[in-house]
Amino acid sequence: MSAPTTMSSLTAPRGSRRVTDVVVRGLVYLSGVIAVVPLVWILITIISKGLPVILSAAWWTQDLAGTTDRRAGGGALHAIIGTLEIGLITAVVAVPIAVLGAIFLIEYARGTRLARGVSFMVDILSGIPSIVAALFVFAFLITILHFDRSAIAAALSLVLLMLPTVLRSTEEMLKLVPDSLREAAYALGIPKWRTILTVVIPTAFSGIATGVVLGLARVMGETAPLLILVAYARNLYLSPTSDTMATLPTMINTGRDVAETLAGYDRVWGAALTLILLVMGLNLLARWIARAGRLKDR
Amino acid sequence: MAKRIDVENLDVYYGSFKAVSGVSLVVEPRTVTAFIGPSGCGKSTVLRTLNRMHEVIPGAYATGKVALDGVDLYGAGVDPVAVRRLVGMVFQRPNPFPSMSIYDNVASGLKLNGVRDKSTLDESVESSLRGANLWNEVKDRLNKAGTSLSGGQQQRLCIARAIAVKPEVILMDEPCSALDPISTLAIEDLIQQLKELYTVVIVTHNMQQASRVSDRTAFFNLEAQGLPGQLVEIDDTETIFSNPTKKATEDYITGRFG
Repeated sequence: MSAPTTMSSLTAPRGSRRVTDVVVRGLVYLSGVIAVVPLVWILITIISKGLPVILSAAWWTQDLAGTTDRRAGGGALHAIIGTLEIGLITAVVAVPIAVLGAIFLIEYARGTRLARGVSFMVDILSGIPSIVAALFVFAFLITILHFDRSAIAAALSLVLLMLPTVLRSTEEMLKLVPDSLREAAYALGIPKWRTILTVVIPTAFSGIATGVVLGLARVMGETAPLLILVAYARNLYLSPTSDTMATLPTMINTGRDVAETLAGYDRVWGAALTLILLVMGLNLLARWIARAGRLKDR
Repeated sequence: MAKRIDVENLDVYYGSFKAVSGVSLVVEPRTVTAFIGPSGCGKSTVLRTLNRMHEVIPGAYATGKVALDGVDLYGAGVDPVAVRRLVGMVFQRPNPFPSMSIYDNVASGLKLNGVRDKSTLDESVESSLRGANLWNEVKDRLNKAGTSLSGGQQQRLCIARAIAVKPEVILMDEPCSALDPISTLAIEDLIQQLKELYTVVIVTHNMQQASRVSDRTAFFNLEAQGLPGQLVEIDDTETIFSNPTKKATEDYITGRFG
């Protein structure tokens, strides 16, 4: 005989359990709010101070040549182009190494001691601070090899920062491709290299591309390598070998001590908002790539 | 097309573990041969040695002889990639390439082996899909994703993909175990047609299926867990299911174990 079910065993908890519930629930909600407050605050500040600046057409079409911190006018074209150009050089160098490295680790060396060693090194590399990457490139290219500072040097230090994140994300995407697809290709008499090129990579493509774009978005906001390896200028410089090239992070840094009443002060907020928009644009692009990849599966 | 397979004294190892021991059998051209037996008896392993697919698993190797019309597949200088062009395979779970359309899935084998001519590809796609009894269902949506089809259609798509490269032999590793009864029936009908052109070897857990589709049946068994699997006997399917020579076979097909 089982004990009869009484109503009391079905009612909501009371007493100390109820108090605990309310307190913990309150703490969880509060933590959520606290986590979001600084983010919203920063966004509101930057948008309210930066939006009027970037709404002018000149902001997107002119550099700061001929202007001073006291004189309004000019724009951030030189810094936008510089950021995009250094980002592009970084991606061109880092993406092939990262993707081919991930293919080596997953498709050819999976489970071997060599793969574990390389993975360990990549983990270490992903933990180094950007200033260390910058000083490494400075010591190697400029102190030892006697090159000048240049946009390429700055891009190379960003490569060190982008490489591990893209390699890791590509590795994860390749791991998600089921072995049954590789076997299906082998069973058709397709060689391994061709299987990787035509079956494995297309299947993982949207994931790999998403990782690349997110990795790029991350390094575009880096400042330390740019401060150390390339000089800021108020003019537009296009040559990647020139030792002067403006970028949005260094433009923000240069204007940080300008008095609040001057035009240069507003430009700092404009540059900050522009950088956020660029990075956000890349993030949206990544989402769009990921979604386009999923749609194709249906 | 269609070739005879001779297996002699085949041992298969995964690293130091001997998975299959001393298998010798003959598969005649244009027949369906079924491999049956309890789980772990090595029937899938033996199947995969027939096109050297077991080599995909690190540490796996085979000794002995597997010959296709007298040519040893394990002879010196034989390229496993070339072997797999002659001996195609259909897997347990349908595995169409998710990044490709129905058309590209069927054409993939030819394309990736260097065929570029559009009319050759078109012809091959149509005849392969017809050969897999799928043409009428998909002819109006060849550019849709292969993964948009139902499970049974996907499996027939995989069969179409396998026959598009015009193999001599088709190996099937439990091709119906992930499918519903109606799709299973469609595949079984298809196997009957395929044997007019190809040599078919099928692994199945379903003894009714073995008796329905195959001409010859091989029964594999292992004496105990951890010991290598062995071929108990191979004979005409009718004989195996009505009057087997070995006691173990009779016990298995009458459901006394396994």
